[in-house]
Amino acid sequence: MTIKKAPFACRIISGAVATVLLGTGSQLFAADSEDPIIIPVHNWNSQIVMSNVVGQIFEEMGNNVEYVSTDSQAVYEAVRNGDVTLEMEVWEGAFGASFNAAMEKGGIVDVGDHSAVTREDWWYPEHVAELCPGLPDWEALNACAAMFATPETGDAGRYLGGPVDWLKHDQERVDSLGMNFKIVNAGSASALWAELAAAKKRNEPIVLFNWTPNFIEAVYPGAFIEFPEHEAGCDKDPALGPNPDETYDCANPPNGYLKKAAWDGMEEKWPGAFEVLGQISFTNPQIAQMAKLVDVDEFEPEEAASEWMAANEDVWKPWIQ
Amino acid sequence: MSSNVLSQSGSKPLKGSPLMSNRHVGICILVLGIALALATPLLPAGLQRLPEALVLPFADVINYLFLFIKDDLGFIHVTRGIAGGVESLLDVTANLLYGKRRWPNIGPIPWTTIAVTAGCIGYALGGWRLALLGAGTFVWAALLGQWKWTMETLSVIVVAVPLAVLIGLCLGAAAWRSARVEKILNPMLNIAQSLPHFAYMIPVVVFIGVGPKAGAIVTIIFAVPPMVRMTLLGLRKVPPEVVESGQMCGSTPWQLLRYARIPTARTEILVGVNQVIMQSLAMVVLASFIGMPGLGQKLLQLLQSLKIGRSIEIGITIVLLAIMLDRFSKAWAHRQPEHHERHTAWWYQHRLLLIWIALVAGTFLLSMVLPVAAEIGRRQAFTLSKEFDVIVESLLTFVDPVTLAIRSFLIKDVLIPLRDAYLWLPFSAVIALVAGVAWRIGGRRSAVVCILYVAFIALSGWWDRAMITVYMVSVAVFVSALIGLPLGVWASRSDKRAQRLLVVCDTLQTFPSFIYLIPVIMLFGVNDVAAISAVIVFGTVPMTRYTIEGLRGVAPELLEASDMSGATRWQKLRTVSFPMAVPTIMVGLNQTVMFSLFMVIIAAFIGTQDLGQEMQRALSSTDVGKGLVLGLCVAFMGLLVDHLITRWGSERQRLLGVVS
Repeated sequence: MTIKKAPFACRIISGAVATVLLGTGSQLFAADSEDPIIIPVHNWNSQIVMSNVVGQIFEEMGNNVEYVSTDSQAVYEAVRNGDVTLEMEVWEGAFGASFNAAMEKGGIVDVGDHSAVTREDWWYPEHVAELCPGLPDWEALNACAAMFATPETGDAGRYLGGPVDWLKHDQERVDSLGMNFKIVNAGSASALWAELAAAKKRNEPIVLFNWTPNFIEAVYPGAFIEFPEHEAGCDKDPALGPNPDETYDCANPPNGYLKKAAWDGMEEKWPGAFEVLGQISFTNPQIAQMAKLVDVDEFEPEEAASEWMAANEDVWKPWIQ
Repeated sequence: MSSNVLSQSGSKPLKGSPLMSNRHVGICILVLGIALALATPLLPAGLQRLPEALVLPFADVINYLFLFIKDDLGFIHVTRGIAGGVESLLDVTANLLYGKRRWPNIGPIPWTTIAVTAGCIGYALGGWRLALLGAGTFVWAALLGQWKWTMETLSVIVVAVPLAVLIGLCLGAAAWRSARVEKILNPMLNIAQSLPHFAYMIPVVVFIGVGPKAGAIVTIIFAVPPMVRMTLLGLRKVPPEVVESGQMCGSTPWQLLRYARIPTARTEILVGVNQVIMQSLAMVVLASFIGMPGLGQKLLQLLQSLKIGRSIEIGITIVLLAIMLDRFSKAWAHRQPEHHERHTAWWYQHRLLLIWIALVAGTFLLSMVLPVAAEIGRRQAFTLSKEFDVIVESLLTFVDPVTLAIRSFLIKDVLIPLRDAYLWLPFSAVIALVAGVAWRIGGRRSAVVCILYVAFIALSGWWDRAMITVYMVSVAVFVSALIGLPLGVWASRSDKRAQRLLVVCDTLQTFPSFIYLIPVIMLFGVNDVAAISAVIVFGTVPMTRYTIEGLRGVAPELLEASDMSGATRWQKLRTVSFPMAVPTIMVGLNQTVMFSLFMVIIAAFIGTQDLGQEMQRALSSTDVGKGLVLGLCVAFMGLLVDHLITRWGSERQRLLGVVS
């Protein structure tokens, strides 16, 4: 990455020389395979930068690394098959189900959690607080329901949920808490942000699905709705939560895990890298910082990763000691 | 075509009566359908919706079959082997174009070299204009700091296109040689061409995995069908004289194919190549869902963080690439081989080649002295993203009051009632209505075919979702026709207008649709208005294009004749041009339906409740069976319309006497 690019003609010669020398030089101490470690990148920036940071750490150790873009749900099938080697961001809320399903089928291993915790829930941008006083309390939100109504929801308020394949239980929650809201599912994260941007511009009320850590916090400040406090098992046991007869009558976990996963052949093929992967752990501010480098400072993800590593040597150096 | 029509009329000795009876039967069934629809509240539940018990577990069967083929038959080793082969080709192009560390380890080629090469190819094919287009495209990509992504995209395209052409040629030749192969191939091609992209991306993930190789293979699958068709068409058209003269020279069958048939079918085959290129570029963005690197991947990342200006830059690059490759391949198709007089100097015959070699050497040397000539970093590049952002922003601010005002009306008073009406229709009435129309147009056979299509959808258990798709597509097609027809009529009145509008069509068709999903959401919100608007933007393109082509293709003698009889412009259009152009316009309508069906699935990224939403779910859970069943539902809708329009069109052409 940091090596200055040699002119093309020189590279022809050095390429030929390297071909002759290949296999003698590079593998002196690492027991890791020469094959590239394949790191999947998705379409949100914190994940891309984090994956690049981890890739550059592996390269620092002498491994070969390649990146491949994949769908963030379909990636678990790819990890299982060894088509990609690891996954840096397994969100409890969004990908927990896919991850667990893959664990059941086998081929994927849990490599521990980041220090960062994740939260995914109903959220509103700053300007809505003025329109509906009493927020972030969910009952206050419900009292303002009519304000959030749109033509397709009639008198009920509209909650703009994430894509259906993110498997949220918003409908169940609306029912169990008796809220006057209807769920409309956006088809992609881009759709969520486009609506958010438009609502902000028109100063219209909006309540939508959001999560943290996320770049959008830096662009549009806001807050999560406070639902009845999360209790483990409230999604299965009706007794938990304010409504004694229904499930899902509480908030999503405010500190969901952010996990690392790997192909189960990784430990054998790249023992060194696997060991380091186990050590790696990012915090919420670090992830926000990575996202900011791209989303606000307009770095390319690869550059952002190098920047971040240069500024945070004390964080990642100990992992590879 | 002609033999087809002849044999049909041959089988009906009394031309008048069977047609009449088709018409009558059709109308009778239609009346039955209307009666069923009107009597909905009285109908037993079993006629309103197919009873759950009758829904067939197609998805489970397909999944079981796929598992069997994949694991028990060990087919996965075959596909992985093929993928390995493709991957080693991709490694070479990846190294040459963007310096991925793979054999032969000599890349990346400096951008200036590629730009002058494109310029030379353009000049050789079509003079200065194409030279400018070719070089300009790459200069644009380099100056905007998109070089690496453009090369990542191209590294896949330059592997996928030749492979798709080769496979298409072989299949086309095989179908031409054997009627049995053609019979098997034809329905497969039909389905492949109407299956939404996502449906076959899922099996590719299962059999191939993710990454550039999966991107290449999905592109190949998508691009092969038109090549097969064009090859078949070309080989069929070879005049017997050419073949006979070949035989007289004592050619072997292979020589006959290689030296007589294929060169004679050159134009059709090259049109096929053109189609392959355009299809491949259409997949650039979608294939990035399963790992195709480059522009598409970057585009989705940028959209995810709402950077519209920069994604427009990328969109323009994709359009430029597409238009460049389209014009190049068309120029190649129309170019006849050049023959020099004897004793022309060697250097003169190859002057372009020599100039190219000199330029390549020059740019190589330049790039060694001047690093900017080898690579322009993102930081050095200039950008128009701020300007684009401002343009989009002010456009949105300008339109916003209007859309806000009509949005509520459209949703409450137009779309929701329409949607409810579609959902209210009992499935038995829909089947009867479709069968009635089909019988009326194409007789019993058509009716049976169409009933089978609809029955599959009913049996698959996705009826309600399918009806929502039908509702969105029919609204979109209706509005597209309402815009596209007059626009086409207006443009066809002068050469200049026609040409300009066709360039707009080319641009809209190749501009990645994901980009305009965002402004559409900003205007309308996540709802059916937004989704349908996005579909309309895309669906209007073929309607306009074919209207222009149909009207401009009317024989000049006919127009002169009507001028001489003193027809006004309106009379001429209404009584001469339009009736003559109707078959072509109907092809446009057919294409509009197909485009809309593709686009409505992509509109799932806005947020819809139709088949597209389920398709998205199937993709993320890599559920092959479900994805294919949903895909087939969409494909069958397309094929149904295609069947009816084609039947109607050929009948109409026969009546007009324009079948050659």
